[in-house]
Amino acid sequence: MKKVLALILALSMALSLAACGGGSGGSTTGGDTQQSGDSGSSGASGGDTVRIGVFEPSTGDSGPGGKQEMLGMQYANRVTPTVDIGGKTYNVELVYADNGSTSDKAPTAAAELVGKGVSLVLGSYGSGVSMAGGPVFDDAGLCAIGVTCTNPGVTVGNDYYFRICFLDNFQAQVLVNFAEEKFSAKKAYLLGELGNEYDQGLITFFEQTFTGNGGEVTKDSFPTNTSDFTTYLNKAVSVGADVIFCPVSIAYATQIIKQAAAMNLEIPLLGSDTLDSNKVLEAAKGSSVQLYVSTFYQEGGSPEFDDGIKAWLNEDSTAMTNNGGDDTIAAVTAMGYDAYYVALEVLKAAGSLDLTAIKSALPGVTYTGVSGAIGFDDTGDAVRDTAYIKTSDNAAGAWALETVQTAS
Amino acid sequence: MQYAISILLSGISLGGQYALIAIGYTMVYGILRLINFAHGDVFMVAGLMMVYLSAALPLGLALPLVLLLTVLLGFLIERAAYKPLRTAPRMSVMISAIGVSYLLQNLATYATGGLPQMYPEIPGLSATVTIAGTSVKWATVVTPFLVVALVIALTQLINHTKTGMAMRAVAKDFETAQLIGIRLNAVISVTFVIGSFLAGIGSMLYFTNYQSVVPLSGALPGLRAFVAAVFGGIGSVPGAVVGAFIIGLSESVIKGSNWSVFSDAFTFALLIVILVVKPTGLFGEKVTDKV
Repeated sequence: MKKVLALILALSMALSLAACGGGSGGSTTGGDTQQSGDSGSSGASGGDTVRIGVFEPSTGDSGPGGKQEMLGMQYANRVTPTVDIGGKTYNVELVYADNGSTSDKAPTAAAELVGKGVSLVLGSYGSGVSMAGGPVFDDAGLCAIGVTCTNPGVTVGNDYYFRICFLDNFQAQVLVNFAEEKFSAKKAYLLGELGNEYDQGLITFFEQTFTGNGGEVTKDSFPTNTSDFTTYLNKAVSVGADVIFCPVSIAYATQIIKQAAAMNLEIPLLGSDTLDSNKVLEAAKGSSVQLYVSTFYQEGGSPEFDDGIKAWLNEDSTAMTNNGGDDTIAAVTAMGYDAYYVALEVLKAAGSLDLTAIKSALPGVTYTGVSGAIGFDDTGDAVRDTAYIKTSDNAAGAWALETVQTAS
Repeated sequence: MQYAISILLSGISLGGQYALIAIGYTMVYGILRLINFAHGDVFMVAGLMMVYLSAALPLGLALPLVLLLTVLLGFLIERAAYKPLRTAPRMSVMISAIGVSYLLQNLATYATGGLPQMYPEIPGLSATVTIAGTSVKWATVVTPFLVVALVIALTQLINHTKTGMAMRAVAKDFETAQLIGIRLNAVISVTFVIGSFLAGIGSMLYFTNYQSVVPLSGALPGLRAFVAAVFGGIGSVPGAVVGAFIIGLSESVIKGSNWSVFSDAFTFALLIVILVVKPTGLFGEKVTDKV
């Protein structure tokens, strides 16, 4: 009797908690498409549907960013659900695989996409997972288009990985130039997560460029799940840094900004594309923190896209939750949107669903998206020469365009 | 100098917050010989509840409600996941605890979508104060005093009340305590209630300082608090507090030095050293294993 009672109690607890979550959360991997994907026939040639794999994290540290990137693709898929390939109209179906933000889950997620017979893969948010999943796509002969994975290692040595975003060395260069021009920075404090390829890669490039220009840096790495950053920030103050460069993921960035605000930090914070998030903006709102981030897209760049996606976010509560509860457009969302259209262009150019045809058509594709003109170089990287630098308007809680910075 | 003070302050406040979690670990261990792995996650859930409740209710109502719900959560976890396993081998209970920990983390991911949630400002605690040129939140200053006050109250409870006496009896000898008529389940429930209450208070202080709550927020503070409890001698309340302050301070000092990368490595290396050199910790009871 007592055991039965305990069991019921356990079940009801689990259920009630799940119910609480259901109200505000909702599935990220967007129900309908995935279910039909699972039940539908496998194999790329099945019926009149073309499948595009979405290799993104919806859980883990990069989950929030991954979801925002997926929003762009989902919105694009809503606007343009079909594509003409070789004179035949296909329905485009997005097939999701969650790479869990970790390098050990990424190959499994990549293999899942290969197994589901997708024609092309988009993603991932986060360079580490892209590098971990890359060889799987390479072996399968399946082309992947990186959306915002900025680490050079993603495409190097992998014939099947392409990307539509700029690279970390470019991004670091841009930020160094900005720091020197705007703040005449001579000393920089660099802070990143221990063992995170993205953070450490950017920090290394920043250090190389900055010290190459005669600057001086102090570097620190914090362990995963750290939440006390006051010590690091105080250290930056004590070494007399002119700027703090922290290319960290959103969860850490919000902590760093909140703590910088509490200690009235006067040193400007520089961030990379990951910091371009409404959660970061929310953390900086009402404080005196000076925050500058380099990014792919600034709201207002394409009013038509802005209005469309905002309308969609406002009517779809799940999408709104995945965007962090408001309708500020993250750059990764714009990039996800562009990536979807690049994928369609590739399929059109290939003229068939044959993986070899897709591979040979991909490098020649060009497309002008909301984030600018996109083309590929020999390594498979996007040809880009500008980045947007945004600053947080702390009174209004919005991003303001600071400057459009080039690398040279 | 100012830098040194800032490190010291952050260390003391971290230590205080770890202490509040460590007490929960140590009390449950003392009585049940169970490492309650879900404790750090109860702490995280308390943070999330505060985020959601404060959005819907006035703060004066939300604060006590969060504490009440945290206590309820701790109580329910014990009843649902540990009590049915009372006679099972100790390992089963521990695995059940790990299960609860993952359940809470994943439910939190589901509810929040993995996005960091901003902890509300608590008037008084969130205001900043400048000490010797270092600007910190009141929560940092209040923490050590609050911890000491709570620990004194707790030791009074354990040493001078009937419930406390029952707790000590159960901790000494499970079966005999039952034989002499102590209501085991009630005592264990009280332990979980106290532990969760302190975790609730701890979460308020912690998240006021480190304002974003993510599903894994409880994992690392929980682990460090556990190390603190072992360091101080698991089962001993004052030991857990002293251990927590030592862990908090050393973490802060190492982060401030040139070896900041090793701040976690140090904490866990300390755990190994303690287990090898003095397995019972600083204040641990001597050989308790009975045949």
